[in-house]
Amino acid sequence: MNIVVCVKQVPDTAHLRFDSNDQLAQESLENVMNPFCEYAVETAVRLKEAHEGSKLTAITMGPPQAKEVLKRAIAMGADEAFLLSDEAFTGSDAWSTAFILSEAIKKNLPSTDLILLGQFATDGMSGVTGPALAEFLGFPSMTFCKKAELKSDTILEAHRETERGLEIYEITLPGVICIMKCDYEPRIPSIKGVMKANRTEIPVWDAASLGLSADKVGLKGSPTMVAKTWRKPKKEGGIKVDGSDPQAAVSQLIDFLRQQKVM
Amino acid sequence: MSATMTIDVSEDKWGLTEEQRMIRQMVRDFAVSVVEPKAAHIDKTQEFPVETFKEMAELGLLGIPIPEQYGGAGLDYICYAITVEEIARVCASTALSLAAHTSLVCLPLSNFGNEAQKQKYLTQVASGKVLGAYGLTEPNAGSDAGGTETRAEKKGDKWILNGSKIFITNANYAQIYVATAKTSKEMGTKGISAFIFERNTPGFSLGPKDEKLGMRGSDWGTLIFEDAEIPEENLLGELGQGFKYFMKTLDSGRISIGALGVGIAQGCLDKALQYAKERKQFGRAISEFQAIQFMLADMAVEIEAARHLVYNAARLRDAGMPYGKEASMAKLFASEVASRAANKAVQIHGGYGYTKDFPVERYLRDAKLCEIGEGTSEIQRMVIARHLLQQ
Ligand SMILES: Cc1cc2nc3c(=O)[nH]c(=O)nc-3n(C[C@H](O)[C@H](O)[C@H](O)COP(=O)(O)OP(=O)(O)OC[C@H]3O[C@@H](n4cnc5c(N)ncnc54)[C@H](O)[C@@H]3O)c2cc1C
Repeated sequence: MNIVVCVKQVPDTAHLRFDSNDQLAQESLENVMNPFCEYAVETAVRLKEAHEGSKLTAITMGPPQAKEVLKRAIAMGADEAFLLSDEAFTGSDAWSTAFILSEAIKKNLPSTDLILLGQFATDGMSGVTGPALAEFLGFPSMTFCKKAELKSDTILEAHRETERGLEIYEITLPGVICIMKCDYEPRIPSIKGVMKANRTEIPVWDAASLGLSADKVGLKGSPTMVAKTWRKPKKEGGIKVDGSDPQAAVSQLIDFLRQQKVM
Repeated sequence: MSATMTIDVSEDKWGLTEEQRMIRQMVRDFAVSVVEPKAAHIDKTQEFPVETFKEMAELGLLGIPIPEQYGGAGLDYICYAITVEEIARVCASTALSLAAHTSLVCLPLSNFGNEAQKQKYLTQVASGKVLGAYGLTEPNAGSDAGGTETRAEKKGDKWILNGSKIFITNANYAQIYVATAKTSKEMGTKGISAFIFERNTPGFSLGPKDEKLGMRGSDWGTLIFEDAEIPEENLLGELGQGFKYFMKTLDSGRISIGALGVGIAQGCLDKALQYAKERKQFGRAISEFQAIQFMLADMAVEIEAARHLVYNAARLRDAGMPYGKEASMAKLFASEVASRAANKAVQIHGGYGYTKDFPVERYLRDAKLCEIGEGTSEIQRMVIARHLLQQ
């Protein structure tokens, strides 16, 4: 079984701060593996461990420093990792990213049986990279998965969490699954894992080595474009109604709702 | 998930290698997600965190500076110091038990044990399969460890031990112990030898466990020898060298107690910074008062200095250079920094800092141990002065 997990480096939202002009404070930027990708790696490692002789490959598209998340994937249990990096990839949207990933998998990892991705990345939150990748590869895909188990070499059972409840599907491999928060937590790498990650060479695949022309990737290859970004205004604190005198409290509430033109 | 604490590990401001920084991140993740949530509970109940130690064994954290062939991680002493520091930052008790196991049991077995002893005992402790404890202190031999009263007599192919050891970290949870005993009435400290023994040794038992001020989640206890029978092949190294081995062991151990102090102090700064920004008095955050800022600044400077001393001693050790004086300096300074930082952290928290609802009172109680264990601050000053006067 050849498993590929696609991971993404994102800014650590726990650290992000904004300056007085509502701009991101650059010094607060610290990069981490997208939390949903951590669950994808954990799920992939579990599948690998349950299926002897499997190989797990981690890939990411990003700037040179995105190697860090690949190291983390290796430390958690991936066998090898590749960085897809090129100036020309800058500005890729979900479509273009999925296209680049699909070309890399077609060209360099052609015997892939299963691809896992995080359902969302906490920076873009588009949630479409996985399904788009599956389309480019002509594979079936399943989104919002929180558990996956191999039934045979070609059948994977996945649990999907939806508004309607838990859905259990089988998917014929090769296929793509997108992982949500699972019932288990991503493992903390062991010392041996960290040492392996540090000692493993991570090759870089650029546009030329993947045979991709610059107008098909990056900003030029992206059908969507960001028109404007802004910070959501901070929510004002609500009002507290003193409930010690119920009658007064009710009339205060009614006044408030009238003022707000709700009543 | 990533931890939210103040030192940026991606930055190489300590001259650390990439591997050392990755180990720090890994240990921090573990400390924040697994160790910290239990810290208050084990402090309150004096319960030893057995599960945490099982997890540390799985992650490879119980034999960091021991060669891989003996079950360790084969990493340098800086990585070990970083590990103790990061764990102490959230729970000093857990860090103390880890440090006693590693520097006081794994290291002497690795440094002074013969091949058979290493195969039989070091592989067990360094891989974390079992925990180790180190018995030097006795009711009448503390700072004056040469005053050991426990006796060992050779009878046939066994050593027969009589006496006791007190304040022994991990005593009740260890399976493998190293301890000193007098093998000759004369010859002073040259009449002291070191032994390895197992939990089920005939004639060996565990005595009562005192209630502790701090470090309450770290187990300790009393070792009792009543005609305890130790096989002759369990003499560690050479006869009459035990005192020397144990003193050398303490040189290494002191670096880890220094790291423990740095971790505690850093934890205090983390908590104090957070609280100072949140607590409002006179219409503003108390962090806006210069008196509070000066305390935070002093804490930060001292922590930085202590960390440099600890890493410097570790680097000397890794480079195979003499490091005894530097280890004592690091231990002395970092211990006192930990106590001062804890004191300031409680002060910054005001009355809330005096309650059990905030962790800083625990840090204050834990910090005090660093000034006592593995040689009191007075003994460190004596060691440092001895080095100076010998030069
Ligand atoms: C939590 C904890 C864990 C411990 N774990 C272990 C362990 O795992 N293994 C182990 O063997 N021991 C352990 N110890 C024991 C520890 O090493 C001793 O407590 C320490 O060495 C001091 O010895 P003492 O308690 O007998 O104090 P004493 O030696 O009686 O000292 C009392 C005071 O006198 C001072 N003093 C003594 N001699 C001199 C001198 N010559 N000049 C100036 N001042 C002096 C000391 O600095 C101290 O202030 C532990 C202790 C604690 C508190």
